[in-house]
Amino acid sequence: MNIAARPAPDSLPLRAPSLQTIGMTKTFGAFTALDDVSIDVKPGSFHALLGENGAGKSTLVKCIMGFYTPEHGSVLLDGKEVEVRSPRDARALGIGMVYQQFTLVPCLTAAENLVISRADAPAIIDWKAEKQRLEAFMERMPFRVPLNEQVSSLSAGEKQKLEILKLLYLEQRFVILDEPTSVLTPGEADEVLGLLGDMARRGEVTVLMISHKFREVKAFCDSFTVLRRGRLTGAGDAQTATVAEMSRMMIGDTEIRERAERRKHNDRPAVLELAGLVAEDGEGRPVLNAINLKVKAGEIVGIAGVSGNGQSALVEALAGQRPLKDGAIFIHGKPFEPKRGDFDRFKVFGLPEEPLKNATVPRMSVAENMAFRAFDKAPMASLGWWLSPGPMRKRAEELIDRYRVKTTSADAPIETLSGGNVQRAVLARELSGDVDVLIVANPCFGLDFASVSEIRSQIMEQRNRGAAVLLVSEDLDEILELADRVAVMSGGAIGYVAAIEDTDRNTIGQHMAGH
Amino acid sequence: MTAVLASSSIERGGLSPRAIRMIEAVIIPLGALVASAALFSVFLLFLGKSPVTFFNLIWTGGFGSAFSIQNTLQRAAPLILTGLAFAIPARIGLTLIGAEGALVLGGFSAAAIAIPLVRGGWTPWIGLPIMAIAAMLVGAFWIGLAGWLRHYRGVNETISSLLLSYIAIAIMNFFVEGALRDPASANKPSTMPIGDAYRIGPMPGTSVHWGLAAGVVLAVILWLLMSRTTFGFAARMTGGNVRAAQAQGLPVGFLVVACCAIAGACAGLAGFFEVAAIHGQANASLVAGYGFTGILVAFLARQNPLAVVPVAILFGALAAAGGLVQRRMAMPDATVLVLQGMIFVVLLVSETFYGRIPFLQPKRAGDRS
Repeated sequence: MNIAARPAPDSLPLRAPSLQTIGMTKTFGAFTALDDVSIDVKPGSFHALLGENGAGKSTLVKCIMGFYTPEHGSVLLDGKEVEVRSPRDARALGIGMVYQQFTLVPCLTAAENLVISRADAPAIIDWKAEKQRLEAFMERMPFRVPLNEQVSSLSAGEKQKLEILKLLYLEQRFVILDEPTSVLTPGEADEVLGLLGDMARRGEVTVLMISHKFREVKAFCDSFTVLRRGRLTGAGDAQTATVAEMSRMMIGDTEIRERAERRKHNDRPAVLELAGLVAEDGEGRPVLNAINLKVKAGEIVGIAGVSGNGQSALVEALAGQRPLKDGAIFIHGKPFEPKRGDFDRFKVFGLPEEPLKNATVPRMSVAENMAFRAFDKAPMASLGWWLSPGPMRKRAEELIDRYRVKTTSADAPIETLSGGNVQRAVLARELSGDVDVLIVANPCFGLDFASVSEIRSQIMEQRNRGAAVLLVSEDLDEILELADRVAVMSGGAIGYVAAIEDTDRNTIGQHMAGH
Repeated sequence: MTAVLASSSIERGGLSPRAIRMIEAVIIPLGALVASAALFSVFLLFLGKSPVTFFNLIWTGGFGSAFSIQNTLQRAAPLILTGLAFAIPARIGLTLIGAEGALVLGGFSAAAIAIPLVRGGWTPWIGLPIMAIAAMLVGAFWIGLAGWLRHYRGVNETISSLLLSYIAIAIMNFFVEGALRDPASANKPSTMPIGDAYRIGPMPGTSVHWGLAAGVVLAVILWLLMSRTTFGFAARMTGGNVRAAQAQGLPVGFLVVACCAIAGACAGLAGFFEVAAIHGQANASLVAGYGFTGILVAFLARQNPLAVVPVAILFGALAAAGGLVQRRMAMPDATVLVLQGMIFVVLLVSETFYGRIPFLQPKRAGDRS
């Protein structure tokens, strides 16, 4: 490694660098996560890295950041080969990354977070001088964050901005963003990406953004690269390429199941009724503020909202994972308690988010996981308590077949399955019977395209058969595609309800931001 | 990527996942035993003692003769029960280390309730079952309390069960040195002896008391309960993922307290046998560390109630051989405790090897990108 590869921090170029990877290959055992991937990010560009889940996007940026050592390939920064063996090396070279999870210290102020993030932060900090320097720094920045407020009191958008400011404060001019807008309202997302785009155009930073939202790519990026199954499948100008072209590069020629048809229903009675639900978090702060909502038979009500506005608390309350402080749940006009007996009596089923975490026992087998609803009933149990593995296994094999769950055997621990197959196994368990009420939360999070469309059409099928469906989703497109009505949650309350044909993305977005 | 994985996942061939898990559950603890024996040999060499002599003596003292085998089994009996007392709550995700307290309190309760029974001239056929039931109920209450605190008050069950053990020992001491003290027990404060009529004799043809049979029967019953009943299934669901169990509407609180109560009953029964078969009265001898060794037994048995039996016998042999080691090698009898401690540490380290033994892994590795 030569001297030029590791410039001292003070000689860093304060303009946007270019970055190329040449023939990057990374394998895990026999699985090739990256196969000879070369990308070219021009200085001052806003470059999108597109691909489905598991396409290798994260692996590629982790190789650039020095988390992984690739088997082959090299990274060129400003045309010179550099060796990045650890994130520390990347930082010294001016390559920074904003992760999906925030890396700020919540109990410190924004200013404190910035100063302690410096590698050369002194043991004793002269706060007065630092504050002055920070204010001078902020003057030059396109967006501001209140410096003296605790990070925990900042909104998600402000935290995201602070993460980006932190990279710029550390003089990192090559910025990698990992799906940065998943925690933001559409308005916040547009603001942050717009301002970063302006900086890139002025030649102050180069941005590489992992995304799977074509809308953002078309609106803000100037160039793009697509990965599929670890291989480079395309690159080009984001403004001239069409969405259809990009999506073909991402998913290949996979046949995608048609969107399930929405059957028209006459007006049906309300099945699920939430009356004034109130719940608190562990510290006694309210997370649900008097939620009132009715869901009719054969209707999907979509709950939109920015992550962390009480949606997960609502799902937990309905699933019996969070006690209700006040309020009541009615199904067909009768009070419902989230207990096993009532789940069965009222035919209530659920597809929680992150199914491996919320709906399965990872170490139990696929067959056992598929038996969660039925293990204590005939034919799997005799006398109500003696288990019969035979019928359990037989039932599991039927379901594995019918729902095309890919597993080595019904006895394999469910944690060995891929995300899409875990979700399919849960789907098989929850949707194979008669469903009256279905509670769904972010059902497609982290899944590949084929699974997504299949799962959405299954949900639509339940609606068409007459189930009352409550769909909580952070993906607005999903709600716009599936829901009959949309309700927006903000600050633990439902502020806006509208039929899907009477509203649009912008109106919903404004209510998500709490206006 | 799903398609890639799907096509390659069928190529695994050979062993089924269940077989792999079973092989792991056997070879990893065995490997840990071998590794700790090696480590302990180094320790012995430092002391200038011969490891060969040591392990020979362990064999002789534990299994070498009919006498030593019976000695081993005698000591294994309470370890089976305290091993179960750790293993059952572990299946529901709790780390309860309070079996010592439940054993002491159970044994004390049995001895205490025996006083009026013996005085009243009740036949042992009625009196002994009453003593056993009292011991199990008190033990169940004691560990059940730790489970209740855990589920309904969020108190760490490991800490609370450990502290409850000290309280249990203090309660016994309070009565044994006070109200229930037998005036004849001058040097070692004890309760009134239960008398020969109430002593449980050995099983026919052996010198081993009936506690061994009780332990083996309970191990089989609890194995069936945990693996073949809806209760066990629900408990394993709760232990594997409490959020999933809640979402299935299972009575998580009841399951947690019930598993703890079963554990406490096992430990209490061990206390009953210590009193009725060994000591004949309750005193400080009940605090012999069986509760803590039971933790080690359950760990090595991978929380499997059936495996608890052979592992308890192994540790019974270690304890039985302690005296022989002390006499023949001029080493303190705590030497065996050093070995136990090493086994425990190595076992904890060996937990990290599950799913990581190269030749047991499917050919595609690291698909979690």
